[in-house]
Amino acid sequence: MKSLHRAILVISGLALLAVIILPIWRIELDAAQYPEGLELLIYSYKLDGHVDIINGLNHYIGMKVLRADDFIEFTVLPYLVGIYGLAFILVGLVGRRRWLYVLFGAFLLFGIVAMVDFWRWLYEYGHDLDPTAPIQVPGMAYQPPLIGFKQLLNFGAFSIPDIGGWIFISCGVLLAYCVYAEWRPLKAKQIS
Amino acid sequence: MAAVAAVSLSFNACRPKGAGSAVSGNAAQRTYVPPGQYDEFYTFTSGGFSGQMSVYGLPSGRLFRVIPVFSVDPEKAWGFSEETKPMLMTSHGFVPWDDLHHIESSFTDGMPDGKWMFANSNNTPRLARIDLTTFRTAEIIEIPNTGGNHCSPFTTENSEYVIAATRFSVPPDGPESDVPIDSYKENFKGHISFVSVDKETGEFDIAFQLKTPGLNFDLSSAGKGVSNGWLFISCYNSEQAHTLQEVNSSQNDKDFIMAINWKKAEEYFKAGRGTVQTNVRYAHNKWDEHTHSATSEIKTEVTVLDVADFDDLAYLIPCPKSPHGADVNPTGEYIVGSGKLAALIPVFSFAKLQDAIANKDFEGEKYGGIPVVKYESALHGEVQKPGLGPLHTEFDAKGNAYTSFFVSSEVVKWNVESLEVLDRQPTYYSVGHLMVAGGNSKNPYGKYLVAYNKITKDRFLPTGPELCHSAQLFDISGDKMELLLDFPTIGEPHYAQSIPADMLMDKSLKIYDINANQHPHKTNGEAEARVERDGNIVRVYMTTIRSHLTPDVIEGIQLGDEVYFHVTNIEQDWDMPHGFAIKGANNSELLIMPGETTTLKWVPDRVGIFPFYCTDFCSALHQEMSGYVRVSPKGSNVPITAYTGTK
Repeated sequence: MKSLHRAILVISGLALLAVIILPIWRIELDAAQYPEGLELLIYSYKLDGHVDIINGLNHYIGMKVLRADDFIEFTVLPYLVGIYGLAFILVGLVGRRRWLYVLFGAFLLFGIVAMVDFWRWLYEYGHDLDPTAPIQVPGMAYQPPLIGFKQLLNFGAFSIPDIGGWIFISCGVLLAYCVYAEWRPLKAKQIS
Repeated sequence: MAAVAAVSLSFNACRPKGAGSAVSGNAAQRTYVPPGQYDEFYTFTSGGFSGQMSVYGLPSGRLFRVIPVFSVDPEKAWGFSEETKPMLMTSHGFVPWDDLHHIESSFTDGMPDGKWMFANSNNTPRLARIDLTTFRTAEIIEIPNTGGNHCSPFTTENSEYVIAATRFSVPPDGPESDVPIDSYKENFKGHISFVSVDKETGEFDIAFQLKTPGLNFDLSSAGKGVSNGWLFISCYNSEQAHTLQEVNSSQNDKDFIMAINWKKAEEYFKAGRGTVQTNVRYAHNKWDEHTHSATSEIKTEVTVLDVADFDDLAYLIPCPKSPHGADVNPTGEYIVGSGKLAALIPVFSFAKLQDAIANKDFEGEKYGGIPVVKYESALHGEVQKPGLGPLHTEFDAKGNAYTSFFVSSEVVKWNVESLEVLDRQPTYYSVGHLMVAGGNSKNPYGKYLVAYNKITKDRFLPTGPELCHSAQLFDISGDKMELLLDFPTIGEPHYAQSIPADMLMDKSLKIYDINANQHPHKTNGEAEARVERDGNIVRVYMTTIRSHLTPDVIEGIQLGDEVYFHVTNIEQDWDMPHGFAIKGANNSELLIMPGETTTLKWVPDRVGIFPFYCTDFCSALHQEMSGYVRVSPKGSNVPITAYTGTK
């Protein structure tokens, strides 16, 4: 592997370690009564932002209370991100091309599984509404968007990656670049 | 006929123009604050006989809040909740009303620092401190040896002390005070209190009092800049009349401004030169933001220095005639005396006063043991023919003074150095105090002047015999003062203080942290909501959150019980107070801020079912936020039961 690519991997690995303590995803909520906006921040190990206020509002429609303890992910995720960070560094230090491909596959899988899992939670909370709640949401569905904007009754919900999420995505892109850049001269050599 | 009409028209044309024409063309634009936008200034205005302080925005004149201080306020449960009752305790017991006269900012280096507002009560003499993060009264202290605490709450350049001085001299407190009223000259004394303010906590302490001959102290200003360390107090009734003061106190051609070297007084106090008086009783009431409760303590000691015992504590400057304001200009060099029966305004020079004192340029006779400086020796000059009945003067940063005239009902602008009158504008009607934004500080903000009028007559839609007092906003940024706006006020606005909005708005508290709540009867979440009986005392530990009260079904209350509803608002969101009221309560509602615990005492008077509910529209389901108490006869076997939703 080229030393540039190895350096990229080591730096990406360090950046991934930082993701453990940074917010990964954010859901921003706006309504007439909340001109200053409400936000829900998702970290690898906790929920933050206006969790209590959002829970207070959710009770009107009978959504389950958001509690960090209910998510096994918050126990596992910091370790997983940490392992990936160390793996990036390790692959960068060792410099074996084959390991690079394995890492890329595993990281891609991790990203896909994480997003599917996130969507599953959104679906679950958005559809498991208490039928005795004061406000009956039409269709009994109140699911925030996985990414992008969606109007939910009086709230506009905007779901986007936060700083940790952007680092995560950047690491993925850089990893993909390294894979491509390592693979291309190899392929060129084979052809010639 | 035509000739008669023409003559009467031309006569009418000679009459001065009415009020309507006094407003300049774009006044509406200059006072219009569009919806959703903020005012430039907070203005804290005294509520006079309402006993409260109101908060307005300038230039819009919009009322934001009425802060209860010396009078009960059932809207905010001030004096009705168990927690606030001690704030209105005095040595005379619970006093539910007073007359809040003046307001002054806390100062640092002669500028408002945005920490506190101070206020005085004129009837049962007290001093209050209002916290500018919560906009609530944080402390009230009673002033001993004092009649009406009118000459207050003026503070020194760094708010080392807040002044409290009597408008009605009385014999010192204690059993000796049972004297014939016509022995005024002999037995009645003035007391000027120096109440220290803790720089961090703001806590009051009456450091010492100065005892003076019996005089009526009206208003005062502390020196600043060159005159820092001095205090100037207007004194009337130098005649020492005790009856028909209207006439008998208005005989002398000149009364006094008393100049006090307070730094010297502090030195003497610290050197132990004062006498400790132990037959006084005064209440000291403090609000604790963590327990959300007040405590009241009776104190029994005060240190008194008799000014006649010292040569260099106090001096009297003759001042025509029954002076009201004694106001110090921004540099501290000039002291303006506004003799309310005088036809001129004397301006005294601090430098000349110092020379006169050094040269002992005194009148032949002392007044009650106090040297009297010769009028001319301290005089910078007189403003000639300024108007009738000067009351109070404030300043801008350009060397101008603005004086209110009660009798001629106008505000007059004049130059402090040249004493030349520059402009006069009518007020509607009979202005008392006026306020220039920052006009009592070292560097006035200027721009706006507000005149506080006693009489409004035809200015607003009539409301029966009792009419509002009013504030009149002038723009003073140009050469001429321009009337922009009239707005009605709460009670009688004696004085006000303006603070730039950006100094306060960001530190305004949004919620009380529920985790920092140390109220002894706090309910830690709905799971702990409960009802406890101890003899005939029943304590309801209740929580509120949108949109239910927990518990909302309460049984087992009996006639003869004293029920305490300790209501904790467990919301932690801004602008989400809940209210609490129960049928037949002999006091008021509660308004509980997020994170706060407040208590309503209720003594049921009959058996039956009593609804209670949230009084502050809190959510779409506010109307559902209610519950029931069942009251049974004494000795009933209905058990204590309390729940919300499921039993």
